[in-house]
Amino acid sequence: MFKKLVKLVLASLLFFSVSTTTFAMDKLHFLIGGGAGGGWDGTARGTGEALTKAGMLGSASFENMSGGGGGKALAYLINTKPENTILVQSTPLVLRSITRHKGYVTGDDVLSYKDVTPIAGVIGDYGAIAVAKDSPFQNFADVVAAYKKDPKSVKMAGGSVRGSMDHLIGALAFQEAGANPNDVIYVPYDAGGKALAGLLSGETQILSTGLGEVMGARDQVRIIGITAPERVSDAPEVPTLKEQGFDVQFVNWRGFFGPPGMDKGMKKQIAKMLGDIQKTPEWEAVRKRNAWVNIYNPDKKFVKFLKTQTKEMTALMKKLGVI
Amino acid sequence: MIEGILIGLQTALSLKNILMVVMGCFFGTIIGMLPGLGPMTAIALMIPITYGFEPATGLILMAGVYYGAVFGGSTSSILINAPGVPGTVATAFDGYPMAQQGKAGKALAIAAYSSFAGGTISAIFLLFAAPSLSKVSLAFRSPDYFALMVLGLTAVSAFSSKGQFLKAMMMVILGLMLATVGQDSLSDITRFTFNNMNLTDGISFVLVVMATFAMSEALTIILKGKDPSRATEKISLSQLGSIKLDKDERNKMLKSIPRSSVLGFLIGVLPGAGATIASFLAYGMERNYVNEDEKKKFGKGSVHGLAAPETANNAACSGSFVPLLTLGIPGSGTTAVMLGALLGFGIQPGPRLYMTNPEIFWSVIMSMYIGMVILLILNLPLIPYIARVLATPKNFLIPLILFFSVTGIYLMSFNNFDIFLMIGIAIVATFLRLYNFPMAPLILAFVLGGLIEENLRRSLLISDGSFSFLWDRPLTAVIFGGTILLVSWQIYKSIKR
Repeated sequence: MFKKLVKLVLASLLFFSVSTTTFAMDKLHFLIGGGAGGGWDGTARGTGEALTKAGMLGSASFENMSGGGGGKALAYLINTKPENTILVQSTPLVLRSITRHKGYVTGDDVLSYKDVTPIAGVIGDYGAIAVAKDSPFQNFADVVAAYKKDPKSVKMAGGSVRGSMDHLIGALAFQEAGANPNDVIYVPYDAGGKALAGLLSGETQILSTGLGEVMGARDQVRIIGITAPERVSDAPEVPTLKEQGFDVQFVNWRGFFGPPGMDKGMKKQIAKMLGDIQKTPEWEAVRKRNAWVNIYNPDKKFVKFLKTQTKEMTALMKKLGVI
Repeated sequence: MIEGILIGLQTALSLKNILMVVMGCFFGTIIGMLPGLGPMTAIALMIPITYGFEPATGLILMAGVYYGAVFGGSTSSILINAPGVPGTVATAFDGYPMAQQGKAGKALAIAAYSSFAGGTISAIFLLFAAPSLSKVSLAFRSPDYFALMVLGLTAVSAFSSKGQFLKAMMMVILGLMLATVGQDSLSDITRFTFNNMNLTDGISFVLVVMATFAMSEALTIILKGKDPSRATEKISLSQLGSIKLDKDERNKMLKSIPRSSVLGFLIGVLPGAGATIASFLAYGMERNYVNEDEKKKFGKGSVHGLAAPETANNAACSGSFVPLLTLGIPGSGTTAVMLGALLGFGIQPGPRLYMTNPEIFWSVIMSMYIGMVILLILNLPLIPYIARVLATPKNFLIPLILFFSVTGIYLMSFNNFDIFLMIGIAIVATFLRLYNFPMAPLILAFVLGGLIEENLRRSLLISDGSFSFLWDRPLTAVIFGGTILLVSWQIYKSIKR
């Protein structure tokens, strides 16, 4: 390993001495645990594009490896420890870590973020609670009042299964309002778009999902609260839950991970590069196109954040009875 | 509105946009023909290319790829029984038998005309009714979807003729069983995955189709190679047949097209259904509609049975733009990718889109007409050459089918496990085929099974465990009433006979 590293350093020195432009890194391989067109795919390809266009990275390559909700790519990273390779992941990794490590799911896919090397969180999407435009609910307090009157009158739609991120966003908000999150009826759909259609058809009263999912339908829905610390610039008219007196903060982060036992220098270098890129116009172009929110969160800070999120989510998921 | 149409026409007719339509249709057709690669992957990979473009141009290109793929997918369905895209699975039911009878040219021509008509007619609906139709797409709730999918399952009767009833039913059960593999759609409990994470996402529809159709078909041909009864078929296969339709065939096609395009378009408008469901429903409905003699021909090369799903899948394609453009709701994976691209362009879909960005709204619709004409031009004269594929000697054709099945499924998921799973299913399917089990009911049950379960459970969740949702709303009751009438009428007729 050490010999290989020396060779790599020497090789890169040689490369740098002959090339006119100096890249922060020569090449980087992005591993994507889902198919083309998904959120992970967009994050990896967008980041790679910005890095190469800004001249920080010599070349970026991408590999889609779907299966097991990202578990397959995770297992590959852990077992083969490929060089110059980083994996894109997001909040579901934390949820997966919780369910898998409690023995809730057994088998060979008991893997968590602790098995890989967290490099940095780069972007995020806040959670959002939305109602139909013609709904009587004007703010989250209205929803809570209706719920307290009759818990069955408020049905909450989400774009994924029970215990998923969409479910947890809404449950967090209700918990903060003093309700038992387990009493809230959660109606799962198999995609954000279908959950939105369910809300607009009137079969559910509120929708709990990512802000990005409802941005496209702002003409049809009223977003009555987001889980951000302050209002976001892309949708300034949307109030936060915090300003309504419900201190709920949740961000669905997306970030990058290296194989276990990744070289510390390399980790720092990539983390720095991922931070530096966010100040460039090339990144801004990609970010704007995808309506991402920058949340640069490197290295140790990232690990700490993951620990806190794990703790919060474990408590909530226990309350919901999904673990 | 006239003004909007003119603006749209002007935008769509600019040289650059016409070029984009041609390019989109061309790539779409090729991608559609290759089994496995669907429009969703194609559009996702195309997004980076469209970034420098104006929004209208980008969307026109992506729409072209979308309906081009559904247009082209029928070719491989008809010629090698390997549907190019999920929406053209039902095309193989009658298209492939037709090609085997030496009428490949005719089958391809019927598919091309029907696709053209379906696409064009529904683009007219889109033009005049898109804003008001968005209400239709929101009228459907989970119980209605449940009822609709049950109605779709009655199409199974189309495959259970001449004493095959029991076998067809057994295949339905097998299809429903396969649909339960993977993560449960409402909780995150995994079912029948045997702790293998390759199975947690379930078995993909395209995989099952490729295994039960393309691959097992190829294997069956090999196993039956020495069968003397097949010798005559070999000769007839090398004859392509003319692409000209006779009067009878034209009349049959013209009868199927109007009803199937309306049905296909309406199903396409619903966010919970799509081209695949539309084509299956149209196939089943068509069989219920025609007379007894025609009914017997279904599954053996019926013109109605080919024209109906081909019309419906293209009509559904245009229909799916209604919730996308007027509500910002993506009804399928493909339209979800397009919505992402739209937002990336800074476009806010919604009922006001045709006021805020008339050039986008109308030019996409206008480009659909142009696209349909281009697809027809692209496909019709080429049919004799495409159909020649069948004239390829079997010892070349079969390895080619096997090659495309394996690469197609790998390109879809980049997962080796899927290849082994496909081979496994194909081997089982080949044995079933040798004992004359029909494969179509399995596919139908597989695609509807998951949706039926999901919508039923969601309905029960919303109605707090009560089955009253079955008659609470008129829409649900009407669909269920229709299903019951349809089934009892068929039973009555078969008893009388």
